[in-house]
Amino acid sequence: MDIISFVKRVPTTTTIVSIKDQQLDPQGVEYVMNPYDEFAVEEALKLRDEAGSGSVLAVSLSDGAAQKELRTALAMGADEALLLNNAEAGNIDCMTTARALADSIQGRNFDLLLFGKQAVDRDQHGVGPAVATILGVPCITEVVKLTVEGDKVIAEREVEGARETLEASLPCAITCQKGLNEPRRASLKGIMAAKKKPLETREVELAGPSMEIVEMALPPKRPAGRMVGEGAAAVPALIDALRGEAKVL
Amino acid sequence: MSNILVILESRDGALRPVSLETLGAARQLADARGSQVLAVATEQGTYDAAALGAAGADKVLVADATAHSADGAAATTARVAKEQNCNLVMAASTVRGRDLGARVAALMGGGLAADCIAMDFADAASPTFTRPVYAGKAELKVRLANGVGVATLRGNFFAPAGRSSEAAVENIAAEAGKAHVSGISAQSSGRPDVAEANRVVAGGRGLGSADNWHMLESLADALGAGLGASRAVVDAGWRPHSEQVGQTGKTVAPELYFACGISGAIQHLAGMRGSKVIVAINKDADAPIFQHATFGIVGDVHEVLPALTEALAAVPS
Ligand SMILES: Cc1cc2nc3c(=O)[nH]c(=O)nc-3n(C[C@H](O)[C@H](O)[C@H](O)COP(=O)(O)OP(=O)(O)OC[C@H]3O[C@@H](n4cnc5c(N)ncnc54)[C@H](O)[C@@H]3O)c2cc1C
Ligand SMILES: Nc1ncnc2c1ncn2[C@@H]1O[C@H](COP(=O)(O)O)[C@@H](O)[C@H]1O
Repeated sequence: MDIISFVKRVPTTTTIVSIKDQQLDPQGVEYVMNPYDEFAVEEALKLRDEAGSGSVLAVSLSDGAAQKELRTALAMGADEALLLNNAEAGNIDCMTTARALADSIQGRNFDLLLFGKQAVDRDQHGVGPAVATILGVPCITEVVKLTVEGDKVIAEREVEGARETLEASLPCAITCQKGLNEPRRASLKGIMAAKKKPLETREVELAGPSMEIVEMALPPKRPAGRMVGEGAAAVPALIDALRGEAKVL
Repeated sequence: MSNILVILESRDGALRPVSLETLGAARQLADARGSQVLAVATEQGTYDAAALGAAGADKVLVADATAHSADGAAATTARVAKEQNCNLVMAASTVRGRDLGARVAALMGGGLAADCIAMDFADAASPTFTRPVYAGKAELKVRLANGVGVATLRGNFFAPAGRSSEAAVENIAAEAGKAHVSGISAQSSGRPDVAEANRVVAGGRGLGSADNWHMLESLADALGAGLGASRAVVDAGWRPHSEQVGQTGKTVAPELYFACGISGAIQHLAGMRGSKVIVAINKDADAPIFQHATFGIVGDVHEVLPALTEALAAVPS
């Protein structure tokens, strides 16, 4: 089973956002592998090992800094890594990213493409299905359970109020949702081994942007709230506030 | 000026309410453009010409697909967009809508403005969309290059148009897809899904155990609310992940959100800070959730929740 797993470098979820030049001010920000991409890497390793043959390639597009996240994927157990470099990569829309990622793997053989369901920086949920569409392979998004039997893929996902089962055949793309697996931590041995694994760096061109950022701002502040009281005795005051003041009851 | 195409989403033949909201947003923009709102339904179902017209559609095109296939639906949508001179496609930011939106944008060679919460159409040919980023810790105002591509809209942020006009309904051929839905099982709680509910009752570790959830269920049923949970509770196996609210769960924006025994971690806030009214119930007066609450009660959930449920039963709705 030959699998390509896509990994994005993102700020940790506890990052306090401040804005500089219409972008996240990188001062003091810590970066990690996008949490959903950990599910993708884990699933890739599991499927490769179950199949008993094949390889896992981890790919990341960044302004050069995603070396560290690719090394993490290698330390978890990926076989090789490809770093796509462009100075603008930190500030492009997901369709431009998808075009660059699709280009970079044109002509390469794969059975599966694995993505996170969303990158927790710009929260676009777009790259996986867009890459699949550009390459003309089927794609199943936000998957919480995945079974591969021969070249048949059966996946489950949760949609609002229901659970869907979907079927497709290989080669195929999957975007991974929490619940799919428990990502492993890299072992010390894995980290040592990762240093010797191949990591190719390639400069890439980007197509003209398909979306323009007009402004980045902090969200409007919520009006200050208030305490209505303590314990069960506060319940009447709460109901009055919800009916009279907030008019939601 | 070019028309707008809205992707309708249905389940078991019934239209999702959030699709009517999307039609309302498209209507406002189309009126500013002096153009039309078309809607495409990529699954068979019952499409009510009066309700769809009232929400904002001029014409509804119903594809003859049987099972839902995202790539098939995307191909059908992109074909209709071209045939009907639509440079902008809109869909609800649901699991299916997000999936379809990205594919249609790719097929159109356009951009994707995902999960938008506001729209400014001072320039009607190329509107500006506001979308939360970094889990709502910031907002971007974005424009699709040349106004071409897809915008997906978050539920509860836009409203159906409320016109008195009927849509024309036509049948069209569906494109075939490579992946398809082979089974669907509805969650049978009878409560609305947390992501779509207009009211949400959410519980955290402060509830103490899974067995205590009946307190939240009673409150939710008194309010007609959906149930939500913090990640601590989902990780403990007390509740399913489908109920998790937050950065790695669902993003919700109901009119009324109850956070019960939830501390208010930054990743939880990320999923619910857009709620219009937030009520926090926590026994720790210093819990961070109180800084974000509209109304707070310091107290034990075991005491406050039953009292609240009982008092609500007495409130005329
Ligand atoms: C990458 C990442 C992603 C994450 N994503 C999410 C996410 O999507 N959603 C999410 O929720 N979290 C998320 N988290 C976890 C988050 O950081 C918190 O750990 C979690 O939200 C805490 O849940 P909690 O408030 O239920 O529990 P706690 O923080 O333990 O808080 C329990 C609260 O209950 C109160 N309490 C206790 N007993 C009672 C009582 N009897 N009556 C009233 N109050 C009581 C306590 O005072 C306390 O404030 C994420 C973390 C990481 C690192
Ligand atoms: N720059 C990137 N490099 C590699 N993979 C990416 C990149 N951006 C997005 N992805 C992949 O696409 C998924 C969805 O991203 P997004 O559409 O930005 O929310 C991520 O979880 C990654 O798997």
